[in-house]
Amino acid sequence: MDIHEYQAKEILARFGVPVPRGGLAYSPEQAGYRARELGGSAWVVKAQIHSGGRGAAGGVKLCRDEHEVASFAASLFGKQLVTKQTDANGKGVYRLWIEAASDIAREMYLGFVLDRKSERIMIVASAHGGMEIEDLAESDPESLRRMTIDPAVGLTEFQARELAFQLGLKGGQIAQMVTILKACYRAYRDLDAVMVEINPLVITGSGDLVALDAKMSFDTHALFRQPQVAELRDRSQEDPRESTAGDHGLAYVGLEGDIGCIINGAGLAMATMDMIKLAGGEPANFLDIGGGASPERVVKAFQTVLADRNVSVVLVNIFAGINRCDWVAEGVVTAYRQLGLSLPVIVRLAGTNVEEGRRIIDQSGLPLISADTLAEAAAAAVAARPRKAA
Amino acid sequence: MAILITEKTRVIVQGITGRIGSFHAADMIRHGTNVVGGVTPGRGGETHLDRPLFNTVREAVEATGAEASLVFVPPPFAADAIMEAADAGIRTAVCVTDGIPSQDMMRVKRFLKRYPEARKMRLIGPNCAGIISPGKGFMGIMPPHIYMPGRVGIVGRSGTLGYEAASQMKALGIGVSTSVGIGGDPINGSSFKDILQLFEDDHETDAVMMIGEIGGPQEAEAAAYARDHMSKPVVAYIAGLSAPKGRKMGHAGAIISAFGESAQEKVEILTAAGITVAPNPSAMGETMARVLSMKKAA
Repeated sequence: MDIHEYQAKEILARFGVPVPRGGLAYSPEQAGYRARELGGSAWVVKAQIHSGGRGAAGGVKLCRDEHEVASFAASLFGKQLVTKQTDANGKGVYRLWIEAASDIAREMYLGFVLDRKSERIMIVASAHGGMEIEDLAESDPESLRRMTIDPAVGLTEFQARELAFQLGLKGGQIAQMVTILKACYRAYRDLDAVMVEINPLVITGSGDLVALDAKMSFDTHALFRQPQVAELRDRSQEDPRESTAGDHGLAYVGLEGDIGCIINGAGLAMATMDMIKLAGGEPANFLDIGGGASPERVVKAFQTVLADRNVSVVLVNIFAGINRCDWVAEGVVTAYRQLGLSLPVIVRLAGTNVEEGRRIIDQSGLPLISADTLAEAAAAAVAARPRKAA
Repeated sequence: MAILITEKTRVIVQGITGRIGSFHAADMIRHGTNVVGGVTPGRGGETHLDRPLFNTVREAVEATGAEASLVFVPPPFAADAIMEAADAGIRTAVCVTDGIPSQDMMRVKRFLKRYPEARKMRLIGPNCAGIISPGKGFMGIMPPHIYMPGRVGIVGRSGTLGYEAASQMKALGIGVSTSVGIGGDPINGSSFKDILQLFEDDHETDAVMMIGEIGGPQEAEAAAYARDHMSKPVVAYIAGLSAPKGRKMGHAGAIISAFGESAQEKVEILTAAGITVAPNPSAMGETMARVLSMKKAA
């Protein structure tokens, strides 16, 4: 689960990371007021959306007076900001963060991630910052420093010092960097984060370290014990189809194609998408109905998939272990009748209670297309697509 | 003798009195698995499914000589249950639970390293379908009737895709020695490489079907192992060729976040290591059949 930059800065500041002074605004007037409240002669106005690449997309601006702050804010509010990390719809701007402009002498990169190889939290740092880590890894891989943290001991002072020296820091900056590293680690560990990123971490003209930007992402599996983090969820930043699906216990990812997919199991769902592509079609979505799916959940799955207007065919592919084919079949039949469907639906059932499931499909009297294998199902879905008018 | 589980393996179920734990434990018993008891704290001394219940795993091990444990415990308590099994001397634990926090798994992996090699517990999962040696026994949630006993090992992250492979092979008359689900989480107990190692040493396994997916470094690690240390052929399939980068595809671990983690890159790495990669998920069975006939001819 992602949170906004200003929320990450508030959290990290609480753990001891120095951040610039700033304030949140929900309207252009409030943005101007925030600038006056902060004082000084220059402010950075930053769109708060769950995406990187905001600067290049026109979501960040250095403003020299209060009116500029207010008018830039007015141009941003309610806008869908499209960055290179978002899809074509972009993300809605409903909050702005107004910050006192910092005097930047040097930019560095600092990230904490879950390293799957060592199965530990890993620090990734570079003496060069400001650009995306992927680009940094390509353009300047030599500059990246990596360090893993033993979960039984935590981040040690000597490790933190070593990293500070590797980044070319000097004098008082060493102690500042140690404080920042330990603060980020504690925030990561105590709040069940999966990612903490400060990019850039800057050295100001006076030689002090400040987190100019901050990003945090959290382990959704741990939200049950992090109620304060769970409260930071901002649904306006999520694909409404995906969050509604999640509420019904369905894992859904919207894609660009026209063949709607209802599958059980993440692996089989990905494989079915691959098979559709190979057969010459394009999947409209990834959807895993999960284990023990009731007929009601299958109906919800149909509703979720059909909310995408591009969908012209639905492919149901179930290999039941913990699921039951008869329940799924009942769900398909109910959905077809209840939702008054007329588009082609291909159903492939295998595994637990398959005979009963097939009987329900065959005896339904509905024009459902049965398939025996994965390959047949994908081919049938592609063939059943309505022909586009030439 | 298959790997990890046979008809002799003494199995307990942690969380056997829960709705799901109870349902699957009953299925395991029905299919001949040697379930010797269950653990539910506070229910020690009672019986369930005609098996004795214990308050702790240690008591269960002392009373029944259990060697393996199936963990059906909800996510907030699952990591603790796994560590309890390791401390009580269980040799193989299978954890089906989906949704364990990653930092809990980090702690579990660190905890398992405390024990000397001779009494270290092997963990399979979490977030997996379990393990089955067809005709002998199983620990997990798979439908046992889709597997035919035989001499090909299966190892995969996804449960349902493992079923798909087993049924494609069954349709071609190819049976399974043991099928192992290693689970879809970013941090898991056993890797592809760990299981390939077991199959390589198993006299009843002739070849291995390995089913990977996007995300993580384990397929690449397994490719290097197969190239350098395996005499038996490996057939692979990688799911997610059409998955977009940076999006989580159902499994917590199924996300392309680093170089070498996309399906295309993994296919290239595996192919370069001499592993036969099935071109699509419908061709897993026939690719295995082809590799087995080449092996026979050689």
